[in-house]
This record gives sequence, structure tokens and C-alpha cells, in this order.
Amino acid sequence: MSEATGRQAQPAAAPAIGVEALVGLRTKKPRSLWSDAWRQFRHHRLAMAGSVVIVIIAVATVIGPFLWPIKWNYFDMAQSMLPPSLAHPFGTTDLGHDIFARILWGGRISIAVGVFAMLVAITLGTLIGAIAGYFGGFLDSALMRLTDLFISLPSLPLLLLITYLFRDRMAATFGVEIGMFILIVVVIGGLNWMPVARLVRASFLSIKEKEFIEAAHSIGVGTGAIIVKHILPNTLSPVIVAATLGVAQAIITESSLSFLGLGFPPDIPTWGRMLFDAKDWMSFAPWMVLFPGMAIFLTVLSINYVGDGLRDALDPRRMYT
Amino acid sequence: MTRYIVRRLLTAIPTLVAISMVIFTILALAPGDPLAEFAVNPSVPPEVRQRIRKSMGLDDPIPVRYTKWFTSIIRGDFGYSFRSRSPVSDLMMQRLPTTLYVIGTAYLIAVLLAIPIGVISAVRQYSVFDTVATTLAFIGFSLPTFFTGLLFILLFSVKLGWFPMIYRATIDEPGLRGLWLKIEQAIMPITVLALFQTAALTRYTRASMLETIHQDYVRTARAKGLSELTVISRHALRNALIPVVTIIALSIPGIFTGAVITEQIFRVPGMGSLLISAINDNDTPVIMAITIIFSALVVLFNLIADVLYGVLDPRIKYE
Repeated sequence: MSEATGRQAQPAAAPAIGVEALVGLRTKKPRSLWSDAWRQFRHHRLAMAGSVVIVIIAVATVIGPFLWPIKWNYFDMAQSMLPPSLAHPFGTTDLGHDIFARILWGGRISIAVGVFAMLVAITLGTLIGAIAGYFGGFLDSALMRLTDLFISLPSLPLLLLITYLFRDRMAATFGVEIGMFILIVVVIGGLNWMPVARLVRASFLSIKEKEFIEAAHSIGVGTGAIIVKHILPNTLSPVIVAATLGVAQAIITESSLSFLGLGFPPDIPTWGRMLFDAKDWMSFAPWMVLFPGMAIFLTVLSINYVGDGLRDALDPRRMYT
Repeated sequence: MTRYIVRRLLTAIPTLVAISMVIFTILALAPGDPLAEFAVNPSVPPEVRQRIRKSMGLDDPIPVRYTKWFTSIIRGDFGYSFRSRSPVSDLMMQRLPTTLYVIGTAYLIAVLLAIPIGVISAVRQYSVFDTVATTLAFIGFSLPTFFTGLLFILLFSVKLGWFPMIYRATIDEPGLRGLWLKIEQAIMPITVLALFQTAALTRYTRASMLETIHQDYVRTARAKGLSELTVISRHALRNALIPVVTIIALSIPGIFTGAVITEQIFRVPGMGSLLISAINDNDTPVIMAITIIFSALVVLFNLIADVLYGVLDPRIKYE
């Protein structure tokens, strides 16, 4: 009785609220998790600045090589090691390449490696974490042992070992550039999925006990649908943060590999490779080091700030503060 | 405590065995033939090549080869370098002390700097100190070691001429002068490594400390009338350090990565530069041995961290 009358009594109790106001309330868009996150993210000034920088760098590397008049592989020995000027804003290399053109072109590869390696890591990590967390038991302990094992692997030496052993085979099968790209992306991804697997497993462990999952079971939803449709979307927040930071990590790893001269071949100017080529000329042409290095630093710093902002925005504990 | 340590030791052994299996499998699956140079050599007939293969056990099944390899590694026999023809273990014993000295000093400095900075940052959250420290930590964390290293050389060697660009192992000048030369050349590589680690550790220490100082028992300690210093150092810090110890152990593999790069930049004659030159020379036994040694060191440091964790947090022992 009380419920029905209570509801009817409410307008009477608050006569000040007109019907128009109520209609206005109803047409206002409901706040979703994502709009809340965006609201929060906007207030993180450095994260916003980071996003702007990343967008600028990404757009520049995608369309820049078409707009900049000097091609990345054009070289002129007569113009070697020129300091930055109007014609060559970032100077030229020892062979007379325009550094600006090479940074634009190389950025494509560095960023693409970062993004794809992250996708490999996220896919592997989510798969392993989801299986371990959902099924538990033997499968869980076996997979977690595997995760611990991978965490104990020294990643750079192993990365060097694998690229050293497989690069010729990959180059022969897919061609030098594509082969190296696949190899680096798969290996970096394959050595960085562990944190994601742990995060996803932890989320699965807590979410699978929730009432709405029980409800889904009770109306006969299949295991696959429960995992993919009901649990997975709820683990997204930590995965998105890990993915963002993973891109930065992968860019650094690829640059390290190229910096050691063991990544992409010399005719592909990734940012790390440019540093490798520059380090012997450092005393005469410091700009050969400064600009590619700044490109890596700026990209990684911006991505890290975006990751930080996303962490704040997507963490429900920090919301509404 | 002894039982706890023994239990940890017993789990470290299978991890090491598993790692060695992973590394061996990668090598076994890799294309390429260790006797490839004989294949193109006309003075070595095919039947001789077959005999060499057989005598070296290359035709044995992978598990047999793995067992042979693993038992000799346990005895400290890593085979001979293709390049210098000397035992790999000798090469490594020459290089390992330098690497451990550089990494160890860098890590020690990082821990000694990061913990106080992180703690002060957390205690004075949003102060000027905190803002500056957090920003610097963020920048340090995003600066790859290879770029910092090159910047250091540009600034301190090329421009200012304070430190030598290249690390020399062959300094034999006697007395204090020789000692200073040895220290001087290590300053830049150690600083580069320490900078990155300090940045990462500061962030973790601050986060962990922030979580701890809002706990009820910290409020209780204050309510008892303890001085702020006692509250922070004895009640909050000791608990906040527990996760930091784990992070320190988990970032050990990362510092080896840093070491490989720093050694390459400053030409420090350590394990990392040995690894790179071995890769450039196709010197497989050396590459395998270094990868294994790095893994063993990672497992060892994890073990030490686990033991420390048990000391710091008595609950762990009884789980």
C-alpha cells in the first residue's frame, strides 16, 4: 500500500517542481561510465596536454611524409651534417639525409610497433588472465606459474636472442621489412603480457562471484557469453590503462633494440635506429642525437601522462573527488 | 624462518630449470646450422661433416641434447666461445664483476634516494616538494636510458669535458690517482642507471606511502601522542616498504636491460657489451650463457626479495 501511495504523494508534497522541470530532467542524457571518465580526464591538465601532443605526433607521422618536400630516403652528401636551418629544421645526417623527414617517416614505424606490440600483449594477457580467473583450479595455477616464469625472464637479452636467431628466417619468408616488423611486434608483445594477465585474472576472480553473473548463469547464458559479454567489459578499465602504458613501453623496447643495432635494418629509420646511427657523430652533430631522442621522449612522456590521467579517470575509487 | 627460506629455495629451482628449457627450446627451434660454415667449405666432405655432427651429438633428439647441455651448465661448463676459442665461463668471470659493480652501485643509490624522496612526497602531498619530485620522477621514468646516456655524454664529456666518454678496464695507474680515474669513469654510467631506477622507485614509494598514512593504525599512533617522526618512520614507513621491496625485486630484470644499453653507450666491458658483441659475431655459446646467467641472477634477486618480504611481513611466512 505504502509504495503506491508514496509515489502518488510525491508530486503533491513538492508542488514547487513544475511538470516542465520534470520533463527537462528526463530528456537530459544519462551519465555513463565513459562520460564520467571523460569528465574526470578533462580535469587532468597534463593528461590533456599529453593527448594533444600524441595526436599531433600521430597526425604528423601519418600525413607529414606526404607534405614535407624532402623525402626520407633522399640524401645529398654535399649537405652532410648541416645544423638545423630553415631548409632542414632538424639538420641533416652524416649522409645528408633530412632529419625532419626521417623522424616523420620513422615515427610511423616506431608508433606502429608500439601499438601492435601492445595489441599482442593485451590479447595474450586477456586470454590467459580470463581463462585462469574464470576456470580456476589446476588451469589457474598452471597459467599463473607460466606468468611467474615469464616475469623472471630477462626480457632484453631474450629479445636479442630471439631476433638474432630468427631474423634471417623471417626476412626470407616475409621480406626484410615486414618480417622484422612481425618478429619485433610478436616478441615484444609475447614478453609483455604478464601484467595484463594478472590484472584480468584478478578482476575475473572478483567479478565471477557477483550476483549478476549468478543471474546470467541462472537464465542459462553459456560460458563463452558470460566471459565475453558479462565479465570482460567490466575488466576493461585496468586493461585500458595497462594498454596505454604498454604502448610507451613497447616504443622504448623497440628503440632500445634498434639503438643496439639489432632492430630494423639501417634503411628503415626508426627513432632508435637514428640514434644508433647518430652516436658516432655526436661530437660533431649533436642535433642528430637530440631530435630523434626528443621524439621518443616526448611521445613516451605524453603516453605516460595519458595513462596516468586514464588511471585516475577510470578508477571508481577516485571518481567524484 | 629457515623453513620459509628452504621452501622459497625449492620453488626457485624449478623456475630456473623451466627458464633453461625455454631458452634451449628457442635455440633448438631456431633455423640455422652450427656447422653451416663447413657446408660451404669444399675441403670438408659431407661424410666428415656427418661424423662431426654425430660426435657433437647434434643428431640426438632435443631432450637428450637438453639434458647434456643442462648437466654441463650446472657444472659451470658453458662450452667454448666460437670467436675467441676460450671457455665461455672465463669470459664471463672477467665481465661479471664490472656489471654487478655498476648495477649494484646504481641500484643502491636509487634505493637510498627514492625512499626518502617518495616518503617526503607522500607526507607533504601537494606541497612544492611533492609537485617537483613527482614531475621529475615522471620525466625520469619516460626518459629512455639510451637517450639519457647520450645526453650525458653530450653535456659532460663533449661540452664540459668533466668525465671521460669511454670506460676503460685497463687503468693501471697506481695510488689515489688510479682509484679516482676508476671512479670518475663509472660516474656517468652509474648515474644514468640510477636516475631511471630512482624515478621508478620514487613513484612506487610515494604511492605505497600515501596508501599507508591514511590507515587507522597510523591515526591511532598519532592519537597515542607519538611524535610525527616516530609515526612516519616506525608505524607508516615499515608497512609501506613491504610492497616497495616486491617492486624492487620485480624491476631487477629491467635494470639488466638498462645495463646492456648503458654498457653499450659507455663501452663498459661488462656482460651487456659482451652479449652485444657476441650477437654481432654469431657467437651462440656466449649468447646462451649470458642469457642463462641473467635469468639466474633474476631468480636469485627474486629469492632475496621473497626472503626480505618474509622478514618484513611475518604474516607471509605462515600463509
